[in-house]
Amino acid sequence: MKETSQKPKLAVWKFASCDGCQLSLLNCEDELLAVADVIEIANFPEASREVIPGPYELSLVEGSITTPHDKARIQEVRRQSKFLVTIGACATAGGIQALRNFKDVNAFIDIVYAHPDYISSLATSSAIADHVPVDFELPGCPVNKQQLLEVIIAFLHDRKPNIPHHSVCIECKQRDTVCLAVTQDIPCLGPVTRAGCGAICPAFNRGCYGCFGPMETPNTESLADELRDKGMITEDLLRLFRTYNADSPAFKMESERHE
Amino acid sequence: MTPPRPLYRLDRNDFGILLNILKEKGYLTVGPTRRDGAILYGALESVDDLPIGWTDEQEAGTYRLKCRDDDALFGYNVGPHSWKKYLFPSKTKLWSATKKGSGFEIDRETDTPPKYAFIGVRACELHAIQIQDKVFMGGTYQDPVHAGRRRDCLIIAVNCAQAANTCFCTSMQTGPKVDNGYDIVLTEIIDKARHYFVIEAGSDRGAAIVKKLPVSPVQQTDMDAAAACVENAEKQMGRKVDMTDIKDILTRNYDNKRWAELEKKCLACGNCTMACPTCFCSNVEDITDLGAEHAERWRSWGSCFTMDFSYIHGGSVRPSIGSRYRQWLMHKLATWLDQFGTSGCVGCGRCITWCPVGIDLTEEVKAICDNEEGDPSG
Repeated sequence: MKETSQKPKLAVWKFASCDGCQLSLLNCEDELLAVADVIEIANFPEASREVIPGPYELSLVEGSITTPHDKARIQEVRRQSKFLVTIGACATAGGIQALRNFKDVNAFIDIVYAHPDYISSLATSSAIADHVPVDFELPGCPVNKQQLLEVIIAFLHDRKPNIPHHSVCIECKQRDTVCLAVTQDIPCLGPVTRAGCGAICPAFNRGCYGCFGPMETPNTESLADELRDKGMITEDLLRLFRTYNADSPAFKMESERHE
Repeated sequence: MTPPRPLYRLDRNDFGILLNILKEKGYLTVGPTRRDGAILYGALESVDDLPIGWTDEQEAGTYRLKCRDDDALFGYNVGPHSWKKYLFPSKTKLWSATKKGSGFEIDRETDTPPKYAFIGVRACELHAIQIQDKVFMGGTYQDPVHAGRRRDCLIIAVNCAQAANTCFCTSMQTGPKVDNGYDIVLTEIIDKARHYFVIEAGSDRGAAIVKKLPVSPVQQTDMDAAAACVENAEKQMGRKVDMTDIKDILTRNYDNKRWAELEKKCLACGNCTMACPTCFCSNVEDITDLGAEHAERWRSWGSCFTMDFSYIHGGSVRPSIGSRYRQWLMHKLATWLDQFGTSGCVGCGRCITWCPVGIDLTEEVKAICDNEEGDPSG
C-alpha cells in the first residue's frame, strides 16, 4: 500500500443535483476499499466530514450550474484540480433542471416561493463545460458505477477510459435483448442514446428513456419521423426528448422541432 | 463426389428420439425457441422447447409472432439471432496478465465450448456459417474461438417451406433449399393425414445418427411433397433483387445521390450489423484493475456504424452516417468478393426486419441501380 502522502488526492464536488451520481461511487461497495487503497479520498462530504485541502489530482463534479454562487465556485474547483471529470447528466448536460431553460424561470420563482426575493438563481441550468474546461465527461442519470470505476482506473494509469460513444442498441444486442421497437412498436430512444447503462430498460420491456444522453452522431430526426409514422403525437415527441438530457444540443434541437 | 445418400422418412412423433440420440452423444442441442415475442436460438431440452405451431410475420422494421393453424415444428423464418451467437460470441476474454516483478505473466485463455448440435439451420444460415468459416479460418491465421467451436459442431439443417416478406435468398443463390455443409437435413411435411420429415444425411457423422433413428424408406410422393415445400418457399420469397454486376455498379456509384438519402434516414445504431449472420467485426479492449496488478484483453462485437470503428489518429475516417452505410453495403456486396471470394450477403433479410427505421437493403440496391450517375461505361 502506498503512503498517504504519495497517493493522488480525489475530491468529489456537488452542484445542482440529486446526489445519485455520488451515491454510485459509494455504491461501489466491493471496490471502495480498493479505491481508497490507491487514491486518497480527500474531499467527499457525502462520505466523510474530514476534508483534506487541495489541490486535488482528480475532481469528480456532480451537478449543473444554476446559481451565481455556483458559477463562481466551479472556477475555484477548476483551479484546485489537475483533472476535472464531470459525472452524470446534470454536470454533463444540465440535467432535468435544465427544463427551466425552455421557460421563464422567474415566473416559476414567483409561483413556488413565498419570498422570491431570497432566491438568487440563474436563468438557465448549464453543464460544467459551459463554464470551465473539462477533461472528461461521463454521462448518465445516474452514472454507471462500473464506468465510474473505469474512469478512475484510467486516470490512475494515465490511459484513455474505455467508455463507448455508440448506441444503446449495441448493448441490447450484446446482452441478448430482443428489440422492443421492432417486435412491439414500443417507442425507444436506444438508437440515438449513448450506451453505458448496460441497456437496462429494454431488458425489462421498457423503451430507452435516453438517460445517457445523445450518442455520437445521433440521428434524432429520422427516429422522430419513424415514431410519428407509428402514431406518436407531437406533444409526446417533445416530452420524449425533453428529460434528463433536455439541454444536450442534439436532444434540445430535436425537442424544439416539436414545439 | 460422394454418391447421394438415401432419403428416409422420420415420423413427427419420433423427432424427440433425434434429440435424445444427440444428447447421448454428448451434444448440447441448441435451436429455435420462443421467448420475448420472437423466435430465438437457445438450449433445446426437448421437442416441446421448439416453437410448435408458431410462425412470424416480418416487414421492414417489424416482426410479429403469429399462431399457425397446424403444429409445425419449423414453420417460421429466421429471427433476430443467428448461429454466430455460438460460433462468434458477443464477448470473449482473449487473455489476461498478472504483474510479476518488473514484468508480467500472460495467462492464455482457452475457450472450452460445449459440443454443439445446431437444430434447424436454414440454407441461408448455412451459407453464413460457411462465409464466417472463410473469414475466421480461411487465412494464415485462424481464430481459435471460432475454429474451436466449429470443429465438433453438428448441423441439423431444415429446408424452408415458407419465406418471410423480408427474405431474398433466391436472389443471393443461398436457398431456400439446403445444398451442402450439413450433417443432416430435414424437410417437414404436414398433410391432412400425416406429419413427418424427409431426412437425409450429409456426412458420415449424420449418417451414423440417421441409422439409429426409427426411419422408413421414402416414397416418390414424399419426395414430391418435400420438393413442393421448397417450391412454396421460393414462391413466397418476399423480396427479389438483381445482383448481376452489383460490384461494378456499386463501385462506379460511389457518389450516387442515394447515399445522401441514407445519411438522412440511417440511425447508425448498428442493429443491422449485430443481426447480420456474416458481420464479423470486433473491438478489442484492454482493461486493468485498480492496483495495476491484473489486466485483461476482451473482444466484443463491433460495428462499422460506430465512429470508433474508423478512428485513426485525429478522428474518424467516416464521420458522416451516409459514408458509414455506404461502407457497410459496399463491403457486403462488393469488396467482400475481393476479400473472401463470395458475397457477404446471404439474403436472410435480418438487416431489413431489425432496422428500427426499416431501411431495406434490396430497395437501396434497386434505387442505386435504377439511378446510376455518371457514365456507366466509365
